[in-house]
This record gives sequence, structure tokens and C-alpha cells, in this order.
Amino acid sequence: MSKRNPEYDFKWCPGCGDFGVRRAIEFAMIDRLENTDLPIENNVVVAGIGCSGNLVHLLEGQQPYGIHGIHGRSLPIAFGVKMANPELNVIVVAGDGDFLSIGGEHIGPQAARNLNICAVVMDNGVYGLTKGQSSPTSKSGAITSSTPFGKIEAQADPLQLYLTHGATFVASGFSGQPRELAQLITRGMNHPGFAMVHVQSPCTTYNDFFMEMKGDAKNGIAPLVQPIPEEHDASNIDAAFELIQKPGVPIGVIYEDSNVATLDQKVVDMRSKARVRDAEALLGDFEF
Amino acid sequence: MQMRDFVVRFAGEGGQGVVTSAEGLAQASTQVGYHALTYATFPSQILGGPTWTQARISTETVLSAGDNIDVLVAFNEEAYENHRSEVRDGGVIIFNSNDFEIENNPQSFGLPIDELARTTGNNRAANMIVIGALAHLVNMPQQYLKDFVTDRFTRGRDNDEEIIKSNHQALDLGRSHAAESGFNLGELADPIKPDYQQVMMKGNEAISVGAIAAGLNFYAGYPISPATTVLLYMERNLHGEGKFVYQVGSEIEAITALIGGGYAGKKAMTATAGPGFSLMSEGIGLAWMSEVPLVVVDVQRGGPATGLPTKTEQSDLMSCMYPAHGDVKLPVIAVGTVEECFYGAVKALNWAERYQGPVILMTEMALAERVQNIPRPDLSKITVENRLTYDGNNGYKRYEGDQLSPMPIPGRPGAYVANGSEHDDVGDTTHLASHHISNTERRFNKIELLKENEYESQNPDSEICILPWGGSKGPALEAFNELNAEGMDIGFYYTMLLNPLPPEMLEQLQNKKLVIVPELNFQGQFSSILRSLNVNAVSITQYTGLPFRVKDLVSEIKNLTETKTK
Repeated sequence: MSKRNPEYDFKWCPGCGDFGVRRAIEFAMIDRLENTDLPIENNVVVAGIGCSGNLVHLLEGQQPYGIHGIHGRSLPIAFGVKMANPELNVIVVAGDGDFLSIGGEHIGPQAARNLNICAVVMDNGVYGLTKGQSSPTSKSGAITSSTPFGKIEAQADPLQLYLTHGATFVASGFSGQPRELAQLITRGMNHPGFAMVHVQSPCTTYNDFFMEMKGDAKNGIAPLVQPIPEEHDASNIDAAFELIQKPGVPIGVIYEDSNVATLDQKVVDMRSKARVRDAEALLGDFEF
Repeated sequence: MQMRDFVVRFAGEGGQGVVTSAEGLAQASTQVGYHALTYATFPSQILGGPTWTQARISTETVLSAGDNIDVLVAFNEEAYENHRSEVRDGGVIIFNSNDFEIENNPQSFGLPIDELARTTGNNRAANMIVIGALAHLVNMPQQYLKDFVTDRFTRGRDNDEEIIKSNHQALDLGRSHAAESGFNLGELADPIKPDYQQVMMKGNEAISVGAIAAGLNFYAGYPISPATTVLLYMERNLHGEGKFVYQVGSEIEAITALIGGGYAGKKAMTATAGPGFSLMSEGIGLAWMSEVPLVVVDVQRGGPATGLPTKTEQSDLMSCMYPAHGDVKLPVIAVGTVEECFYGAVKALNWAERYQGPVILMTEMALAERVQNIPRPDLSKITVENRLTYDGNNGYKRYEGDQLSPMPIPGRPGAYVANGSEHDDVGDTTHLASHHISNTERRFNKIELLKENEYESQNPDSEICILPWGGSKGPALEAFNELNAEGMDIGFYYTMLLNPLPPEMLEQLQNKKLVIVPELNFQGQFSSILRSLNVNAVSITQYTGLPFRVKDLVSEIKNLTETKTK
């Protein structure tokens, strides 16, 4: 609600990758409004804490519902919203520190449940809002404000993590390509199950890898982002693992399995045998 | 002289039938019109370990587990040694003579429980051997118990008759064996059968059914003693259109899932104990800040960290009232009886909806596992409240003003951001002082909606009063009755509503010379809160992991009234 709300006092730095992600989400929402008969209030954006989480306030155009919660807990909040009303389209927006470090424990359970939501992770390889500390996706050896002698840990591999946990949709995108990213987000939202869209979203202030991603043709530097070859079989989990081992950042859908029942379907199926009784009947069990 | 009251303690090892004996005696007795209450305490392990339970049978409503033990049933030698000193003068000790022998104690007799059970052809009838023996000791008519057995085991199965026969035989064997021992305690007065429909349930069951009666339709929980039984009840029974129950991966997941569920329009609840409650702290703050209705049940156990997982204590009051950082003070309801477990749960859900925020329902281990007969709650007489919802157009200012406002529900117009950061009218983050001031006031103003004058009082004119909270109500009320009968000038006050307190009651307490607060913690948590509200309160504390004994309260109250009012 940025433009219409002068009191809102959060700003991204000029050139922040998150601008591109915001644009992509807006595109995907507009697309959804145009291609379904569902109104804007059918969408709920659940945001984590960090630069990325502020996206929920910066969206322009028609405003969806939102929750700006607490650090690391966007997934279980989204779980609550979705299971309260499976008709809602629930989108998580979070950063690498928020989603993979403090929130890391929530990825496995939601993937195992195949919770039907789309999570968009903005990976800038650093804690930006707290001014430049090492995050799980910072490179090993990276000098940051919290690793003055270099980061000790190995760099996390989020795509491998999502695949290993059994996410039924894994895509990789780049904030410098908002149109293409919007398509990935749309596919993630339409995917029946747990959809991960991992986005390279450089931090211009503390970890600017934009040129690395984009490459520099003039100086003969090849871009790190590479479109996934058309022949890639996204329904094949082995092919997906193989693809992410290759150098560079693959852009597109890495893995997709639409044949797994979603959590809301499974809950209905598994409990169809349960006896439905009201409080009056339940009290009857205790009469004597 | 006729006995009006009969207290039996069963002690042994987990798996020896210690719990089933107490519950069986309580069920059999209530069936014929007595009142009963059980107390159970277990070790935190799957098999074995020292366990004891107590059943108190009375012709009147039972207030506490009782501290005059008429009979100790010792299933092994260790149990005998640990509990023998608590048997009253003239009481009896029954020991399982298949397991050990007691010599030189004229107060005791052996009952070959396992051997007798075997002769009935049904080893599981061991409870009935014990119950038969107990019935002899207080001259309870055998037919009462036989009718109970017939009733309980008539389940429409092929072997019903066989099981009933072996259990009847067990009752007779136990009874005749006790008769041979020559022991007798007198005669338990005939029951006065209540003329209203009753139910017999545990505290956690009453909370579960109460919550469902109040419209609960979203439950997420994580196993933790002694709250697990609420999760289990919900997994079996919270089903049907629009209802959701799930065992999640942690208490952090539970509270944040509740925030999502409550935000999306559900009546959401979880139940946990101390360690889980600590993990929920940040999430509870988010619910308060973003104004999302939900209920957290804290089934208190003992101590910090893992502490005493299977013992009882009332040491979470400060945590429950002030669970999160920043300026918060949560609505707290603390229940003191199985009946209150039911009605407290209804009220907690109603409060959450009414003020649009988190409510803490406090209970404790001794209540969670307590089996008690209570009048069947009349559902036609409870009020179920629903939140004020928004049904206008988009562009709504959810957080406008310093009072409660209608809450939009996702899927319908009225989109806003439920924000855990300080926010403006539409829910966008702002750090402007003016918003922080008005929203902080708004969050506290809403609590005013919960002020109700629901409390109990006796002898309100007395300058000194006893004010227990939670599960200490029973023993404190019994102590009060005793002191009152002795002619002491003392009053009694009680409420489930610890925050906000009933204004009328608070005003009366402020005018007392002395308010005595029995509570199961070291610091005297409730009395310190009361002192901050200008009440001259002083605690009687205990931190043994066990409930108060009435006789201890009686002497402590006498001491305090002498020393503090001079």
C-alpha cells in the first residue's frame, strides 16, 4: 500500500532485488484476477520478517489480505490460514535468513504434508535489515559484519533442501526477470501442493551479486542464471537432482509432481470415517 | 457412627492397576449415588515407577482428595513404606500378599490379589478383588457393586456374561477375604442419589467438550504431559464440516497455526504445558498485537524447564498473565474443579471472540487427571459468543480508533494486513509515536470488555478472607468450612477470572485487613499481583508437586491471622 500511504516508513534500497519480486507477485495476482473469477480478497500474503517481509505492505494495485507475522514463522501461519479455509490462495513471502535459518524447521513438515500453498523465497545471501550478517546462503568464507574473518559454515543449497524434503513443486527464478518470475509464481500458485519458488534477489547494499547473475557480455563474463533446457523432464526427480548439481543458477521449473494429494484433500479423505457428533452427543459418553 | 466420607489410597508401580482401582471404585460409588473424586500422580516413564492414586467417596460433593487416609492399598513393599505414615489412626492397610509380606503391623492384612483373581479365571478382575475388600471395610452393600459391574460389562458382546460372572466372583472373594481378616471401619452412610443427570469425567475431557460446545473448530497441538489428552480427545472428536484438528510439529507451529486459523475466521485453541507455553511466548505476543482471537490452555505441571512433568503446581500465573515481551497483560481464566473446566473453556472461547485476542485458560495436572462426578452441563443454558465481523467493502481501516472494531474475514471484502509490527489504521508498519500510543491503549481498552462480576463469596463482612485460585479452591474451601465451624471470623472469596478480576470483588478485597492466598508456588505469584492492585494479600505457599492438605491450610491460616493482624 506504499504509494497511498505516506505514513508507511519502510523503504527498500534503490536497486534492491525485492522490487523485482514484488513486481512479479503483482503480475501473478493480476493474472489470477483476470483468469479466474476469484476476487482479490481470495488471496492471502503471509510475510516473514526481514527486508523481504515488507513486500506485503509495498504491493501496489488491488490489495490482498496479508499477515506480517514473526521471524521465521511464515509457513506455519500459512498452514493455519490454508487449513482454516482451503478455498483461499495462500502465498508466503520470506527471505533466506527468515525461511532457511530460523524458519528452517518448518519446511520439512509442510513439504511432507503437501500443504497447498506457494512460498516465494527472496534469497540475497545476507541478513539485510540487520545490516549485513552472514546467512545460510552466504558463501563459505564470506566476510560479513558477523563473520569478520570469513563465514565458517558451508553455503546452504536451498533447491536441494526443498527436493530432499519432498516439495512437490520446485522452481528457481531471478528478480532481474520479473515477467518470467511472475510465470513461475503463477505456476506455483496453480500447483496442487507445496510449491517452492526460490528467487535470487541481490542486496545492493550488503551483497550485490546482480552482475554475477546477469553476466557482463562486454567483458566476456557469462551470466550465472541459465534458463533450464527445454528437454529437462521436470517430472523426474533424478533429473531434478542432476540439474541442480550443474554450475550456475537454473531458471525455470526444476521439479513438479501434481499427482500427490494435497493436505486439505488428505484430511478430508482420512477422516471420512470419523463419527461426527455435536457437544450434546459427546457429553452423553460421560453420563452414568 | 456412620461415616460420611471414605478415602482410599492405592500405591504401587505403574501397570499394577493402581489407576484403574481408584477409577473403578469412584465409578462404582457414583453409580449408586455417592460423590467421588480421584487424584493421580505418575512417574514420567512408560512402564513401572512409583505411582499412587487416591479416591474419595462421600455422601456430599467432594472438594479435595482428602488427607485422612482410611485405607491404604499397597501393591508392593516400597509403596507400603512410603505411604504407611499417612494412614489415619484406626485406618487399615491392605497389602498384596502375593507380592510381599508385612509383619508386626496390627493395622494391616494381606490380600492375595493375583491368586484370587486367577481363581475367577479372569486376571483382569484384580480391581474387583480390591474393591470387594474395601466394600466390606465400610459395609457398602454388595449389590451396589454387582449392579455396577453388570451395567459396565453389558456391552452386547458374546463374552459379556462370562466377564460379569468373573467380576462378581472377584467382588465376593475380596469381600469374604476382608471379612476373615476381622477388620472393619464402620458403616458408610447410604448415598443420597442426586436427582439430576450427572456425568463423570476428567478435567481435560471437560475442557475439550466445553470448547467444542463453545464452537471450537480449529485445534492444533503437540504432545506434552499433562496436556496430551486434550489433543487426543480432539483428534477423535473434532470432526465435521468446517472443523480442523492437527498434531503439528512443535508448540511454535501450534501457536502460529492458531494465528493463521483465528485470522481466517476460526475459533482456534491449543493445549500445552509449561515448556510448550514458553515456546509459544512470541506467537502469543503476535496474536495480542495483530488482534487475532485464540485460546491457549496451559495445563500446569511443576518447575521450570522439564521440571516435574507429572506433578501438580500453580507456578505459571506470571507467565500466563505476562507471556510475551513488550506491554502485554493477557486475559487469564483459571479453573478449580472439573465442572469449571467445562465452563471455563466456554468462557475462554467467548472472551477470545469478544475482545479479539489471545486468552489463556489455566488448569493443572491434578485437575487434568482428576475423575469427578458433576452435574451434566446444560448446553441450552450456555451462551456462545461470536466475534464482531466486518461486512463492508474493501478499503477498510481495520485498526482505526482506540476501541474494538469489526474483524474482516479473508475471502470476503475488507482486506488488511494483520501486523505484528506497530501499525497504522490499515495495518501497515509505522513507527510514529501517535500510532504506538493509540494502539497500545486500544489493546488494553479492549480488556475492559471482559470485566464481569462472576465470583463466589462467603462471610463477606469478615475483615480477613481466604482467596484461593485454580485447583487450590477445593482444599481451601474445606479449610474454610472447618475454620468457620470452629467459629473463626473469616471470609472466603473465589473466582475463575484472574484477569481482569471481577471489579466488585476486587473492590471488596481492597477493603480487607488481610487476604490469604493459598497457592502452589514458591513466590506467591497471585498475592504479589494482588498487592500491585492495592490488596493486602499474603500467600500460603507449597512447592512439593502435590496439592494442599486441608490440615496444613487450617494451621497456616490460623498462624497467619495471628501474626499478620496483630
